[in-house]
Amino acid sequence: MNHRRSVLQQAGAALVALALPGFSKAAAPHHPPAQPAPVQTLAERKSLYQLRLPLTDQLGVTTWWGEFGDVVQKDGKKTAHPRLVSMFYTRCDMVCPMLFESIRLMEATLPVASRQRLRISLVTLDPERDDVASLKQTADQRGGDAARWRLYRSDLADVRKIAGLLGVQYRRLGSGDFSHSTPVVLLDALGVEVGRTEQITKPDPGFLKVLAAATASPGLVSP
Amino acid sequence: MNRLKQVWCTATRLAGHMISRPAMVVALWGLGGLAGLAAFAGSLQAPLAQARANNSGQANSRPATNASAPAYRDVPTGSFTSLLPPSEQQSIVKMPAFKLRVMPVTQAEYAGFVRREAQWRRSHVSAGVLADALYLQSWVNDLQPFAGPAKQQQLQQPVTQVSWFAAQAFCESEGARLPTWHEWEYAAAADERRRDARTDAVWRNRILAWYGQTSKALPSVGGQLPNVYGIHDLHGLIWEWVDDIGALMVSGDNRNQGDPDIARFCGAGAISANDRANYPVLMRMAMLSSLKAVDTNRNLGFRCAKSLATRPATPSRKKP
Repeated sequence: MNHRRSVLQQAGAALVALALPGFSKAAAPHHPPAQPAPVQTLAERKSLYQLRLPLTDQLGVTTWWGEFGDVVQKDGKKTAHPRLVSMFYTRCDMVCPMLFESIRLMEATLPVASRQRLRISLVTLDPERDDVASLKQTADQRGGDAARWRLYRSDLADVRKIAGLLGVQYRRLGSGDFSHSTPVVLLDALGVEVGRTEQITKPDPGFLKVLAAATASPGLVSP
Repeated sequence: MNRLKQVWCTATRLAGHMISRPAMVVALWGLGGLAGLAAFAGSLQAPLAQARANNSGQANSRPATNASAPAYRDVPTGSFTSLLPPSEQQSIVKMPAFKLRVMPVTQAEYAGFVRREAQWRRSHVSAGVLADALYLQSWVNDLQPFAGPAKQQQLQQPVTQVSWFAAQAFCESEGARLPTWHEWEYAAAADERRRDARTDAVWRNRILAWYGQTSKALPSVGGQLPNVYGIHDLHGLIWEWVDDIGALMVSGDNRNQGDPDIARFCGAGAISANDRANYPVLMRMAMLSSLKAVDTNRNLGFRCAKSLATRPATPSRKKP
């Protein structure tokens, strides 16, 4: 519990640090100019994005774990978004469809504007068999809004690291299927974990509340 | 199955309890030392012939641990019965050959690593994401494991209090990775003479005696006789990270959403624990299965492994 709170505080501090130069003038004009907030590293923020891992999505585009949230706008600025992250594999015929459905239902509880800010990133546990084409097929069949949903593959070693970061336990069985846990992890725009749920068969009201809060304000825009 | 599950859960809790006791540690080292003396004194020819063959004649000398290139030995292909069978129908695991580090990574080697890779220094690693708050806690500062001029014996102690992420990063820095559980279990089934000594009660008792002992400081690596593959210290020194840590404790049926704690903690469905008498290895597996990738412990270190088969090219680390 302490850990959860400290992560939240960190996330808040990081967001404030980023927002500070913009807000300090408008909100407190009589105060002396605020010291520039020290730039926190991803490590200091406890961001899950501090590991540099390459990922390829269902369109064949390779990006970094952590930068996959960035959307480049017309003016060249990037916007980072809060994100739901989980792991799956395309041959999974029971839990994974349930996972996709469950995330769609979570999204559906959000107001449209909030939903537009949310990104969905699902990483396959089975990069040996899940190539870009099978990711594409699954994304088309089961994914939600194609602009915001991405299915990713990486190499085996990096998949283990992502599983370690997300707390996903998995094991490939002799049959080629995987036994795996399916936490859905909510990361803020900086990659800091702000919530998670292991409940994918029924709504988790506590998690939905955190999700609503995390998507209520616009994503972070790069300077 | 229920009974098995109970055995498993008991072992897990016991191991969890043990690892939480700082005094739990080590030292079959003493026994290993005795065996070493006896081995030097006596004739080594017959029983250790295979070990010698595997070690290019170095089986009985303590390998140099401060050599620039860390020593790896080949562990040949084979098959064995694992505590973690591939499936309920299949109990035999076929192992491709691989290379395993002769000894666990030492304090000196890890100090070299953090000098080269600043992001793994204690003050740079943020608590909770890549390691817990106790990462390298015994070190005096970011770069030094020991205060003052360190003694050779200290530098040759296995590094502990490193997380899975840190161990993996170290292994990558020497072109390797952590061994999988099956690789570790397969190599650790051997004793000095046999590739599979697990049915030998003497072998088991020797390892169990280690679990029962307490010690003040960890001994140096390489303190025990090498096994037939020329690998030291797989038992009797430290717990060791494995690559597929998350594979050791998963429910056989992840549709079970009833009680996630039970599903997560006592995932007996995936584990048949074929050989319940093999308590030494079951204990280790139970202990490892209770760990998260960020955890550290003063008795938990690691060694690295390499695949012999050529790996498919990994995506470039350069920015795409």
